[in-house]
Amino acid sequence: MFDIKALYEAFSVEEATRLLLEHPEARVMAGGSDNLIKIREGKLANREFVSIYMIDELREIKLEEDGTLRIGSLCSFTQVASDPLVLKLVPTLAKAVSLVGGPQVRNIGTIGGNTCNGITSADSGATLVAYDAEVELHGAEGLRRLPLRDFYKGVGKVDLRPGEIQVAIRIPRSSYEGYVGEYIKYAMREAMDIATLSCSVNLRLSEDKKTVEDLRIAYGVAAPVPTRALAAEAAGRGQPLDQNFIPKVLAHITEGLSPRESWRASQAFRLHLIKATAKRALETVLQRSGVSQG
Amino acid sequence: MNEEKNLSQVCAQQKATDREIQENPELARQMKTIRFTLNGRPRQLTVDVRLSLLEMLRNDCGMTSVKRGCEVGECGACTVLINDEPFDSCIYLAIWADGKDLTTLEGLEGPHGELSDLQQAFVDEAALQCGYCTPGFIMAAEAIFRAGKRLSRDEIRRQIAGNLCRCTGYVNIIKAIEKVMDQRFGPA
Repeated sequence: MFDIKALYEAFSVEEATRLLLEHPEARVMAGGSDNLIKIREGKLANREFVSIYMIDELREIKLEEDGTLRIGSLCSFTQVASDPLVLKLVPTLAKAVSLVGGPQVRNIGTIGGNTCNGITSADSGATLVAYDAEVELHGAEGLRRLPLRDFYKGVGKVDLRPGEIQVAIRIPRSSYEGYVGEYIKYAMREAMDIATLSCSVNLRLSEDKKTVEDLRIAYGVAAPVPTRALAAEAAGRGQPLDQNFIPKVLAHITEGLSPRESWRASQAFRLHLIKATAKRALETVLQRSGVSQG
Repeated sequence: MNEEKNLSQVCAQQKATDREIQENPELARQMKTIRFTLNGRPRQLTVDVRLSLLEMLRNDCGMTSVKRGCEVGECGACTVLINDEPFDSCIYLAIWADGKDLTTLEGLEGPHGELSDLQQAFVDEAALQCGYCTPGFIMAAEAIFRAGKRLSRDEIRRQIAGNLCRCTGYVNIIKAIEKVMDQRFGPA
């Protein structure tokens, strides 16, 4: 038996919001792979929860009329990793979530939970930030949307108001169309491990493939929340695609990032990984774009 | 015969639960009646909302192949299939099983307790020592076969990456799965 004070079950988003407002102390439980483990460990013992796991309407992945890819927040990693729309339009996201834990964890873990727990090492986090994704939240006043980057407020903290749950992650067409991406997870093991550092890159070239039109680089575990390397992006954006391109980007890659020192890795090693993963990811996307470097 | 005994035990338990709720209506808030299919048979149970699926399957349904290991979703000993996909039943609330199709190792046996080809392959390839992890491994492997696709050795390793074995290592386990793969799909 889990040490739960009370569990309220929601079967619709309206019900979830109502239950959360009625029970302001209650935490949201999606797949439970974070919450239930923390209850077991005693870190969340004797608390109230609102389970949203049975809200099946949040398990849909669809393309909106304007080309926005909308991923329901309760979609499991398995579902996201094998969805035809995800594989076609945002394949880097499919790759990223296929590297979470093991098969059982990927079946229960949800993309909404992975972003709402506010964890910097979350495999979906860096890649969704690199896709400039938005989150859609449902609360007492209806829906609101904001960029995922702004949704993250700090370690374990996200911008959820009382009564609000995340209902979808949206990736606008302008964020993915024409981009080639790559995700690199650096971890000690190939499965059942948390990223020591992760890097997700999205690059768009001009039609003649001579200029870098746009570049987004995002990291997990390089800062308290998934974070873009804005200085490095600016250094690469609009630049001609020659052998100086990657060095130009790498020269600014650690600006604005503040990786932590932890038992998993030292700060110095993480700073090295920031550079090494970006280099490798950029080389891969250029190769995949049909451009040979240098 | 064993299952019959289990079923009568379950029925006795069920009556106790219903009576408890009648006597103490406050309990109803923390109890929920769920319906699901377990190894092909429809079932109905009234369970505490705080119960894990692992606890329900072992204690209320008598499915003792489901092993309690780490209880935090790392070892895979409690793996069961929910709608043909593998889940760690230790970190799954029993009430979420409402309306779902559950399969445990007991569901793989034939009507007279015959082992399935996958179970037999684990025996033949000596893919176990102490056996504690075995039901979880077999259920993870069963999910591969239910997905119906031939997998390479690397892909098999990936599909059993959520299960730990601390006795044998994994070579014989992979051999057993590959053997069944060859039997079912023809040699690679």
